[in-house]
Amino acid sequence: MQASSSTISSEKEALSFEALKEQEEKGRGNRKNRLSAAACIAVSAALILGVLALLQALLMPKYMGKIVEGAMVAEYYGEVKDHDMVFVGDCELYENFDPVYLWKQYGINSYIRGSAQQLIWQSYYLMEETLQYEHPKVMVFNVLSLQYNEPQKESYNRMTLDGMRWSKTKIDDINASMTKGEQFLDYVFPILRFHSRWKELEQDDFTYLFHKRQVTFNGYYMRTDVKPAENVPEGKPLGNYNFGDNAWDYMDRIVKLCRDNDVQLLLVKAPSLYPFWYPQWEEQVEEYAAANHLEYINFLELTEETGLDFQTDTYDAGLHLNLSGADKISDYFGGLLAKGNPEYGREAMPDRRGEPELSSRWEEKIKAYEAEIRRQKENPPGIDP
Amino acid sequence: MLFTSYEFLGFLFLALTAYYIVPKKAQSAVLLGFSYLFYFLSDGRALVFLLVTTATVFFAAKKLGELHASQEACLKEHKAEFSREEKKAVKEEFLKKRRKWLLFGLLLNLGILAVCKYTNFAIANVNGLLHFFGRTEEFSPISLLLPMGISFYTFQSLSYLIDVYRGKYPPQRSLSRYALFVSFFPQMIQGPISRYDELSATLYGPHSFDPAQLSSGLQRVLWGYFKKLVIADRLLPAVNLIIRTPEEYHGAYAFAGMLFYALELYADFTGGIDITIGIAEAMGIRVRENFIRPYFSKSVKEYWNRWHITMGQWFTDYIFYPVSVSGPMLKLSKWGRAHLGNVIGKRLTVWVSCLIVWFATGIWHGASWNFIVWGLGNCIILLVSQELEPFYRWFHSRVNLEDRFGWKLFRILRTILLMSSLRMFDCYRDVPLTFRMFFSMFTAGNWKVLVDGSLLNLGLDPKDFLVLLGGLFLLITVSLLQRKRSVREQIRTLAYPARFALWFGLFLVVLVFGAYGVGFDASQFIYNQF
Repeated sequence: MQASSSTISSEKEALSFEALKEQEEKGRGNRKNRLSAAACIAVSAALILGVLALLQALLMPKYMGKIVEGAMVAEYYGEVKDHDMVFVGDCELYENFDPVYLWKQYGINSYIRGSAQQLIWQSYYLMEETLQYEHPKVMVFNVLSLQYNEPQKESYNRMTLDGMRWSKTKIDDINASMTKGEQFLDYVFPILRFHSRWKELEQDDFTYLFHKRQVTFNGYYMRTDVKPAENVPEGKPLGNYNFGDNAWDYMDRIVKLCRDNDVQLLLVKAPSLYPFWYPQWEEQVEEYAAANHLEYINFLELTEETGLDFQTDTYDAGLHLNLSGADKISDYFGGLLAKGNPEYGREAMPDRRGEPELSSRWEEKIKAYEAEIRRQKENPPGIDP
Repeated sequence: MLFTSYEFLGFLFLALTAYYIVPKKAQSAVLLGFSYLFYFLSDGRALVFLLVTTATVFFAAKKLGELHASQEACLKEHKAEFSREEKKAVKEEFLKKRRKWLLFGLLLNLGILAVCKYTNFAIANVNGLLHFFGRTEEFSPISLLLPMGISFYTFQSLSYLIDVYRGKYPPQRSLSRYALFVSFFPQMIQGPISRYDELSATLYGPHSFDPAQLSSGLQRVLWGYFKKLVIADRLLPAVNLIIRTPEEYHGAYAFAGMLFYALELYADFTGGIDITIGIAEAMGIRVRENFIRPYFSKSVKEYWNRWHITMGQWFTDYIFYPVSVSGPMLKLSKWGRAHLGNVIGKRLTVWVSCLIVWFATGIWHGASWNFIVWGLGNCIILLVSQELEPFYRWFHSRVNLEDRFGWKLFRILRTILLMSSLRMFDCYRDVPLTFRMFFSMFTAGNWKVLVDGSLLNLGLDPKDFLVLLGGLFLLITVSLLQRKRSVREQIRTLAYPARFALWFGLFLVVLVFGAYGVGFDASQFIYNQF
C-alpha cells in the first residue's frame, strides 16, 4: 500500500515536473516570440524612418545650382557665433554688403542672415533666433521689405523657412508666413511638399544628398560679372503708398526686440535701383526712424559718397551689386561703423584683426573667397534669369 | 473635410484611437460623436438636414413598429373571435395607418432632397418652357444649400423605413444607434448605400482591438489612396482641360478624354469606397462591397451588377419591384396584352418600369438633363441587349465563340467603350455638346494626335504618363489576382519581409507619386457631388 502510494506520489511529482517543464518551455517560447516580434517591429520602424529620411533628403531642393538662396539660412548654424554685427534681410543685403571686405578693411566681424524676398516678419524671427545664439552689438535691417504686408510666395517662404532649425521661433515664423493653401505639416515633413520633385531630380540632388557646399561668404552672395544698368524702369504709380499695419507691427517688434536685448538697430536702404523705392516710402521710413530715434542710412542717396557706378558695379542692370559695387558700399559703411555715432549711442565697431583665433578663421574664409573670385573670373556665372 | 486632407488623417487617427481606448459599451457613442463631428467639420450648416432626416425617419419607423406590434397583439388577442374577413379588415386598417407613416417619412425626406437638389433644375426647365412659348419673363435661380451626402443618407434612411414598413425587421429602439446608422462617417461622402440589417450586424460592436484587423483595414485604406491620388487625381488636369475646352479638344482628344475620364472615375470612386470599407474594417465593422471589378464585365447588364452595386440594388428593391407590381402597371400589362399581343404586353411593364428606374437613377446622379439622358441611354442599351438575347443564343449555337479568349476580350472592351461613351454625358454636362463631341470622334479625323505627342500638352508630361501606365498595370494585376481571392489575404500568406516590402512600397508610391499638396488642386471625390 505504502509502496503504491509512493509510486503514485512520485508519478504525480514526475507529472507535475513534466507540466512545469512544459510550461517553462512554453513560457520561453512565448518570450522568444515576443522578443522576435519586438525585434521585427524595431527593425521595421528603423527601416521605415531610415528610408523616409533618405527619401526626404533626396527630394528636397538642394539650392546648390543656379538658385542658391534657399541654402543661405542654414549656413549660419555652422558659424562660430561671436559676430559684432548681423545683417538681417532680403537680397539687397546679401548681395550688396560684403562681410569679407568689412573684415579685411576694418576688422569688423559680421554676418548676413539673408534670404530671397525675406519678409519683415521673417527678418524679425531670424533676429529673434540670432539673439538666442549670440549677442551682436549692431543689427542691420534693410527697409525694403516694409512694402509687403502679407505673405507672398510659397517658394520664397520655403527658401527662408526650410533652412531654419526647429524652435518655437521657427514655428511662429511659419505661422506668420504661410500663404493660402500652405499647410504647417508640409514644413514639419517637407517630403509632403517636395514629393513631386522626383520628376526634377538631377546630379546635384545626389551629390549634395548628405553634405552641402558653402554658397556664401558669411552670408554674402558674390557675383563678379557686370551688366550695366540701362533703362532703369520708373516705379509704377501705386494706389496706396502707405506701408501696411502688419509690416509696421513687425517693425515695432524689431525695434523692441533690439532694445530689450541691448542691440543697436541700424536701418538701411540698399542702393538697388529697382524694385523702385518711392519717395513716399522714404518719407514714412524717415519719420519712423526719427520718431523712434533710429539711425537710418539710405544708400540710394549716397552714390556720390560711395563712388558707386551703375555701369560697372552691378551684375543685373541695377537690381543687385556685383563684388565691385558691394565692396564700395562696404567700404563706406565700414568707415561709418568704425567711427561710431554718438547721436544714436552707437559705439565704434571694434577692429578684431588682432585676435588670433578669429583671424585664422577669417584667413580660411578669405582663401575660399579669393578662390571663388578667380573661379568666377575664369568662368563668369552669367546672368540669373 | 476631404478624405485626402491632412486634417482627415488626423481626424481618423483620433477616431480610431478613441474608439479602441474607451470601454466597449461606449464605442457606439464615440463613433456617433466622431461622425457628427466629421459632418460638422465638412458641412456644418447642413447638419440640421441630417438631424431632421434622422429624427423623422426614426420616429416614423418607430411608429410603424408599434403599429406592427399592435396589429399582432390585436390579432393574437382576438384570434378565436375574429373571422377571416374581420382579420383581413383589421390588417387593412393597420396597413392604412402604417401607410400614412410611411408616406410621411418618404414625402418629407424626398421633399427635402427634391427642394435642395432639384429646385433650380425645375426653375431652369420652367424658364425653358416659358421661352419656348415666347414669354420673356423668367424665374431666378434660388441659392440653396446642398447638404453633403444628402442623396446617400436619404436613400439609406428610406431603405430602413421601407424595410420596417414591410416588416423585414423591427425598428431600432435607440435613437443614438439609429443616428449612427445614418451618419457613420466613412460612408457619408459617397456611400455605399448600406442596408440597416447588414450594417447594424457589426456597427454597434463591441469590438476588441485586433492588430490584424486594424492593419488589414488600413491596408485597404492605403490601396484606396493609391487609386485616388496616384491615378485619379493625376489624370484630373488632362480630363478638365479636354472637357472645359471642347472647341479646341474634340475628335480624338474627346476619345482620349472619354477613356481618361472612365479611368479617373473608376479610380476615384472605387478608391473612395476602398477608403470607406477599409476604415470600417479597421473598426471591425463590415460595410457592403460596392464594386466587383466592373471593367471586367462582358455585358452592360453584368457591368451594372458590378458597378455601384448598392445603388443598383436600392433602385431594384425600392423602385423597380414596387413599380412593376403596382396597380397602374398591372393595368398597363392588361391593356398591353389586349391591344399589343401577349409578347409585347408581357414586356411592356418591364420596359416602363425599367425606364422609370433609369430615369430615377439618372436624376439621382444630378439635377440636369445630361444625367437623365445618361440614365435613359443605359436603359435603352440594357433593354435592347435583353431583347436581343434570343438572337445571341441562336448566334452562339451556330458559332462557337463563347469560351474563346478573344471573344471575351472583345466583349469586355465593347462594354468599357459603351459605358465610357455614355459617361461623356457626365463629363460635358450638356446634352447637345456631348452628342457633338461623340460624333466628332468619327468626323474630326485627327487620330494622329494620339501618337504625335499632342497628348503631352494636356498638363501631363511623359513622366506622368509613365506613372499612370504603372498605376494602370498595378490596378489590372490586382484585379486579375482578386478573381481567386482577396489580394490582402494572398499577401498575408507571404513571409514578413515580403509583406513589409509590398505594403511599405505601396505607401512610398502613394507618398511620392500621389498628386497632392502644393502644385496640385485638392480634389473632392467625384461622387461626393451626387
